[in-house]
Amino acid sequence: MLELAIGIILGGCALGAGAAMIAGIGPGIGEGNAVAKACEAIGRQPECKGDVTTTMLMGCAVAETTGLYALVIAILLIFVAPGRFVDILMNAIGK
Amino acid sequence: MKNKKNFLAVDIIYLCLMALGPLFLIVLKVLFTPHSDDISISGALVYFTVKLPLSDLPITETQVNSWVVIWSIFWLCKYITHGISVHIELKRQLVAEWVVEKTKNLVKGNMGDYFTDFAPFVAAIMGLSAFSSLLTLIGLYPPTSDINTTGGWAILVFFLITYYKFKCGPIHYIKSFGDPVPFLAPLNIISEFATPVSMAFRHYGNVLSGSVISVLVAVALQGLSSLIFGKLPGLLGNIPFLQIGIPAVLSVYFDIFSGLLQAFIFAMLTMLYIAGAFPAEDYAKKKAKRQNKQLNKENI
Repeated sequence: MLELAIGIILGGCALGAGAAMIAGIGPGIGEGNAVAKACEAIGRQPECKGDVTTTMLMGCAVAETTGLYALVIAILLIFVAPGRFVDILMNAIGK
Repeated sequence: MKNKKNFLAVDIIYLCLMALGPLFLIVLKVLFTPHSDDISISGALVYFTVKLPLSDLPITETQVNSWVVIWSIFWLCKYITHGISVHIELKRQLVAEWVVEKTKNLVKGNMGDYFTDFAPFVAAIMGLSAFSSLLTLIGLYPPTSDINTTGGWAILVFFLITYYKFKCGPIHYIKSFGDPVPFLAPLNIISEFATPVSMAFRHYGNVLSGSVISVLVAVALQGLSSLIFGKLPGLLGNIPFLQIGIPAVLSVYFDIFSGLLQAFIFAMLTMLYIAGAFPAEDYAKKKAKRQNKQLNKENI
């Protein structure tokens, strides 16, 4: 029975980590749009390439934040959460 | 001639002191890392614990590494600025001038004239962050992949932001939360606290994800090469051929590009948030009012 419970915890953590990374879609689309627009802008005005690139990198980094939140949660779910949850389970059972 | 010899000796001393830091870290890491065959992704090692009355203070790899980064940057700056003169004699003076001028222009361009004094602070944050992330190149634990380091910097920036919001007095500060409509105040308060959190998580997440992905790719390549070349006879089968060179390409992106970009972005956001928090127009009005009052008093 205990093995089953621990198995459910591990599986749930892995599934949760995978589901959390769905958030990677958002920054991907957003950064793609940003880079596309930056390419257009550079094509129209090649002389302001430096400024456009700097601003684009800034925007990309800010747009990446939500994806990184998801990543942090996924990493926590994989490397930290299973141990904690198993500890909680053991305490609840009283072992 | 003797002077030149002394100059060279001081140069060598500076460079040696600079290189001593990373060497010390490598020795410390080799001494303290527990031996294990399988690759594991773990947090910072705890070197030793200081007993304090309230709670124990663990001295971790993160702290030691960032102290050593500070030490190395200090001696690097000493080396770069050694022997500067009005008439440029050494190439390194050009590097030093380039760094100072670039940061000054960056700060002036992004923050305005009022914040020109911020150049050293911004340069310090950028240098500390960049060199911390670059520690991965010699196989050390980068302090920036610990949430405590970036969190500390973000809290520092948060205090600066709040300080500049207070420039027009506490009433103005409280009023600024009711902008544009008073019932949005809770959202404004949340976004106030979200700023340092997002800054800390952005930097930490980028560096940590880079190292995690590097390790995962290295493990995958090891498995793949043992699958492909495992049938080769003798010792030849044990060499992970695919691990040669390929992880280095990833390292160029994750360690060098990503680390330097995050340093730049952290400094950039610091500048933008601090400059954005300062109510420049209201401050100018207040100053003008005060001057007018003083002038009136003097006239009376």
